[in-house]
Amino acid sequence: MKDFGYTVIKQRTIDYDLFDGRLLNEVLQMEPSFKVCLSCGGCTATCSANDLVSFNVRRMNLLLRRGETVELESEIRKCMLCGKCMLVCPRGINIRNVIMLIKKGIQKYNPVKS
Amino acid sequence: METTSFIWPFTIGLSFISCFLVIIVGIWISSLSHIDKSRIWHNLLTHKSLQAFHEIFMESLLHRKIFKKNPILGYMHMSLAFGWFLLIVVGHIDACNHYHSLLVPAYKAIFFRYFVTEPATTHSGKILAASMDLLLIFVLSGVMLAYYKRVNSRMFGMKKTTQLKIGDRIALSSLWLIFPLRFLAESVSAGIHHNGSIISQPTGNLLASLLPIHLFEMPLWWAYSGSLALFFMAMPVSRYMHIPVEVVLIFLRNYGIRVKKRISGFSRIQVYSCSRCGICLDSCQMNHAAIKDTQSVYVLKHIRNRNITDEKLFNCLLCGRCQPDCPVGLELNDLRITQRIESTKEYNSSYEYLKNGKVTVSPQTEVIYFAGCMTHLTPAILKSMKEIFALAKVKYWFMDEEKTACCGRPLMQVGQYEAAKKLIEHNRERILSSGAKKLVVSCPICYKVFNDDYALPGIKVQHHSEYLLELMAENRLPIHKLPMRVVYHDPCELGRGSGIYHQPRLLLDEYTELIPMKNEKEAAYCCGGSLANIKIQMNERNQIRDNVLDEYLSYQPDMLATACPLCKKTFAKSNKVPVHDIAEIISMAIRQKEITAPEVSEDKEVLKMEF
Repeated sequence: MKDFGYTVIKQRTIDYDLFDGRLLNEVLQMEPSFKVCLSCGGCTATCSANDLVSFNVRRMNLLLRRGETVELESEIRKCMLCGKCMLVCPRGINIRNVIMLIKKGIQKYNPVKS
Repeated sequence: METTSFIWPFTIGLSFISCFLVIIVGIWISSLSHIDKSRIWHNLLTHKSLQAFHEIFMESLLHRKIFKKNPILGYMHMSLAFGWFLLIVVGHIDACNHYHSLLVPAYKAIFFRYFVTEPATTHSGKILAASMDLLLIFVLSGVMLAYYKRVNSRMFGMKKTTQLKIGDRIALSSLWLIFPLRFLAESVSAGIHHNGSIISQPTGNLLASLLPIHLFEMPLWWAYSGSLALFFMAMPVSRYMHIPVEVVLIFLRNYGIRVKKRISGFSRIQVYSCSRCGICLDSCQMNHAAIKDTQSVYVLKHIRNRNITDEKLFNCLLCGRCQPDCPVGLELNDLRITQRIESTKEYNSSYEYLKNGKVTVSPQTEVIYFAGCMTHLTPAILKSMKEIFALAKVKYWFMDEEKTACCGRPLMQVGQYEAAKKLIEHNRERILSSGAKKLVVSCPICYKVFNDDYALPGIKVQHHSEYLLELMAENRLPIHKLPMRVVYHDPCELGRGSGIYHQPRLLLDEYTELIPMKNEKEAAYCCGGSLANIKIQMNERNQIRDNVLDEYLSYQPDMLATACPLCKKTFAKSNKVPVHDIAEIISMAIRQKEITAPEVSEDKEVLKMEF
């Protein structure tokens, strides 16, 4: 392989042959408004849970799209579903439904043993 | 000839439905908790059973609540229910009177005019026969109205009527046939044997003069028996299960049994008691967003058939507008929440990051102030409350100024009760350890959960409208009437949810010119912003909000007042009218008083500057 001078960090590589997109597809199909997320971070700035513990709603999007379900599962549990994020979202994304869909989808596709 | 084979469809149908009901109600009652079972035993022979009989007579037979909604709709239901009931009772008395026995088999009473071919000779027999004829006409008038309701439901005060499934259609068609067939069969028999009474005899004579009626007699009695059998057979898969199950429900409800936060025999009884009358459809605001398949009547049907989807279950504002309208008095919100708990029980969070701990606040603290997450997004309300506290010289502890968990109610609304318990436990410890005796809350969502689900002994929980009224009564707040016409929007969780209608109105009456509205208090609208609905899209929320605003604006108010930060935020986004919380209005009025009160027109000018 030609060396462009970049390093590839193994842990951050997504192998699309092994990528399980079921959770992502289900969430986007059931809540299409999530597709228009700008990653502006307004949700995280206002988040009540983020006031108590490191919790980043915007990062959910990234973890979901990268298929990092294990980390997503441990993060998503922090949400208290208070709904402030929805009220500040400039795109009117139904974030609470996204959270519930991810929680349910993780149970369905990748049940994490607790 | 005493018996003929046409009685068999009826007899088999009646035996089938009786056995079915005994078994299914037995299963439901045996699945009740020990406490609920002991409630039944303790109350069985008390006045509560009499109350239940009274309620059954008033609601299941006379349909008083439907009468209140619309007299024609009430008459239709009453004529079918009460009329049919009387037909059965008077029919049996008639048969007992004729056979001089108290033990007459059901078929002999039901097909009385077939078996007794001689006309009534005694005085009592004649009166009973005439009353049976009149009762049948009474029921038939209801059937005619029911036919017409399918064509034109508006005459009955209903914009919409329920969509029917196959089981319902079979049962409905057979029910509609039973009474016309009975009337024809009795009239034809009267035409042949001259055993009719005041209405069936002339009809029979007329038919006899036109048709060879002896050919029709047996087919008509067969058809009558068959339609009864079909009705009984279709009953378990149709909405008509509500007829027997509602009676069980009324007894259990009078014994103090309520829907718990789990699916139980009692929640099944409630679900089967839904008559799918569709009265809940009209009051549902989801119609304004063209969402027409998630209303209580449909969700209960899917719960009953065990094919409910999350898309329908969670697409509801839980505003509770349908609940006061339900003629059966079903706990529609609790039934839906119970189902939501079931649907989401696999993935409740445990919030390990919450560090439980006691708080230390000044011992002089009178009041704990909990603004709520939503109030933090409406800083004007926060600022006003702080100003009022300062003015009234209240020593308060601002509990959720920073780093505070949510109250738990938004989780509960989507069924995550187990998760909410963790938040409740965390907040409860903080509240109790503060030592203050009063908790003032600015958000009705939080207020409801603090009142209903937090065990806070010795602590008075108040919404800020209650608290401000109390301050006003103690003369701790200056009063100044703003020259503004105001309509008040009842927040769902404060009004129907917690029964607080008067306190905000008393305050607004003092500080503004409050305009009374048609749809207020129990019939108040939801703003459309409810956190209970996790499926609705923003544009649909806006449609619901605009519909409500249009009605409010028809009163030409200068300002829309509310007592909930979420309602305020929802309405304010439309930019059609200034929206303010009661706390803001009071703080504004007090500031106005401090500036010397000028002329009315200038008043408004100053107010505009204030916002």
